[in-house]
Amino acid sequence: MTMTFAEKILAKYADKNSVIPGEIVTVQPDHLLTHDNTAAIIQKISKELDEYGVFSRQLSIIVLDHVIPAASEKTAMNHKNIRDFVKKHKIQHFFDVGNGVCHQIVVEKGLALPGKLLLGSDSHTCSYGAIGAFSSGIDRTEAAALMLTGETWLKVPQTIRMELNGKLVTGTYSKDVILYIIGEISASGANYCSVEFHGDVEQFSVEDRFTISNMGVEMGAKNAVFMVDDITRKHLNFLNVDQSNYNAVYPDNDAEYYKELNYDLSTITPQVACPHTVDNVKPVSEIEGLDIQQCFIGTCTNGRISDLQIAANLLKGRKVHPDVRLLILPASKQIFEEALQKGIIETIVKAGGIILPPGCGPCLGAHQGVLAPGERCLSTANRNFKGRMGCKDAEIYLASPATVAVSAIYGKLTDPRKEMKK
Amino acid sequence: MKVWKYGDNINTDMLFPGKYTYTCSTPSEIKPHLLEDLDSSFANGVQQGDIIMAGKNFGCGSSREQPVVGLKAVGIKAAIAESFARIFYRSSINQGLLLIECSEAVNAYSDGDTISLDLESGKITINGKNFTFPKLPKEILAIKEAGGLLAYTRKKLEANK
Repeated sequence: MTMTFAEKILAKYADKNSVIPGEIVTVQPDHLLTHDNTAAIIQKISKELDEYGVFSRQLSIIVLDHVIPAASEKTAMNHKNIRDFVKKHKIQHFFDVGNGVCHQIVVEKGLALPGKLLLGSDSHTCSYGAIGAFSSGIDRTEAAALMLTGETWLKVPQTIRMELNGKLVTGTYSKDVILYIIGEISASGANYCSVEFHGDVEQFSVEDRFTISNMGVEMGAKNAVFMVDDITRKHLNFLNVDQSNYNAVYPDNDAEYYKELNYDLSTITPQVACPHTVDNVKPVSEIEGLDIQQCFIGTCTNGRISDLQIAANLLKGRKVHPDVRLLILPASKQIFEEALQKGIIETIVKAGGIILPPGCGPCLGAHQGVLAPGERCLSTANRNFKGRMGCKDAEIYLASPATVAVSAIYGKLTDPRKEMKK
Repeated sequence: MKVWKYGDNINTDMLFPGKYTYTCSTPSEIKPHLLEDLDSSFANGVQQGDIIMAGKNFGCGSSREQPVVGLKAVGIKAAIAESFARIFYRSSINQGLLLIECSEAVNAYSDGDTISLDLESGKITINGKNFTFPKLPKEILAIKEAGGLLAYTRKKLEANK
């Protein structure tokens, strides 16, 4: 019987020859990601942890990234409790404050590999589809249970196959592609489903794919995956991951899909998601000229070296508009170092950008760049929900790093192609 | 018993603002902020046994479980929606909050209608008209019957001792 990527990988982890959509299987994931929420997770099971210990020291990946450095006594205490837990239970994969955003760390450290199964108590855990892994978000309680038992249930999802054909035009990026798709399919268009990306995907680096897979959850997807190819293998070689460490999983040629959707990438222009839902997507050109008070380039969606390089290229020798705060956040320490070496940071700082420490930063509204009522932020993040950046009377627009950088110069929403034709 | 009815794409930030995610985790910390940016009358007005009704994709967004923990803690009997986001759906199973996917019931209900729920037979009655919903699969029912995922896990650990 033929199977999709999700069916194959869940059959493998359920130790079955085949599975069908709707079937419930018990699986043991390779890794469990938790972050600052580890504090609340271990509090739920403190007695059980004392009695039974953790299921495995290798299972958990813990990254402190959501509110770093601590913004209050409470968040500082969370971090302290997590460090104590890590030491006591000898957790192997721990990344303290300053290493970077959890999803970036998981991929950068080679912990997400092709054909692997990862779960995490963060909705953007679906990011690792960029590398050919099956990964999905769960809640804190389920993470707690996994820490103790190492296993959980998953319902085999139906699969949507998306063909991405044609070549992107200058000034458009993978962020524009995923915003366009979400605008078309809606915020619930892939609900409960696995999404596979096929077609002319060789034009996308692993970083580009990361941006697309990261936002899979914004259309409701359980996971969102690119198939392993030369680009993936090259990336893994660069990380010193030997091919013997992973087995790529591919769907059968005649696998049955719930839906097959085609997108012509050559017709996509720079896109922007307008308040207050990620599927409220318009071409930038349609609403150009909106005043902006804060611009933000970073996050697990778009805080990688290629994103910062695009911003620096556009900001070189220019100045951020005096009415705009431009916040820049490298997604990891490693990216930060590379950006320093390449002169990217210097260019951005000279243009007036403010550099934030590698972490989640202003994305979730807990600190660093909270908005005031009536303000508008243009961000490279993945969510524009009302109140997301700490104020329910502010507006968040989502776009590519190029759109955000150019708009920061003009102080208003601007189509980045304006600067690229010069 | 009151029905609190909302629209499509009610996300986790509307149900429980992200800015409190790392400072409020217990039911008593969560309750005052429930639905804060969506409906400021909810936290004080909600009563044991009330029902939440919504359109498509209820609970989309973050994996934070405070919305579910909070709704359970204030005594919400069930959330009925056209559809739910998947992490929210799993989270509700884990906390023992009853979710019912039933577009017909959501579309049929208007403010002031009489509504009753029969969980045994899987039936919603609105102004005398019945709408049925399917039972949970047995694997999931086992978690619910144990009193939520943590209680279920404790049992499992005990059994394997």
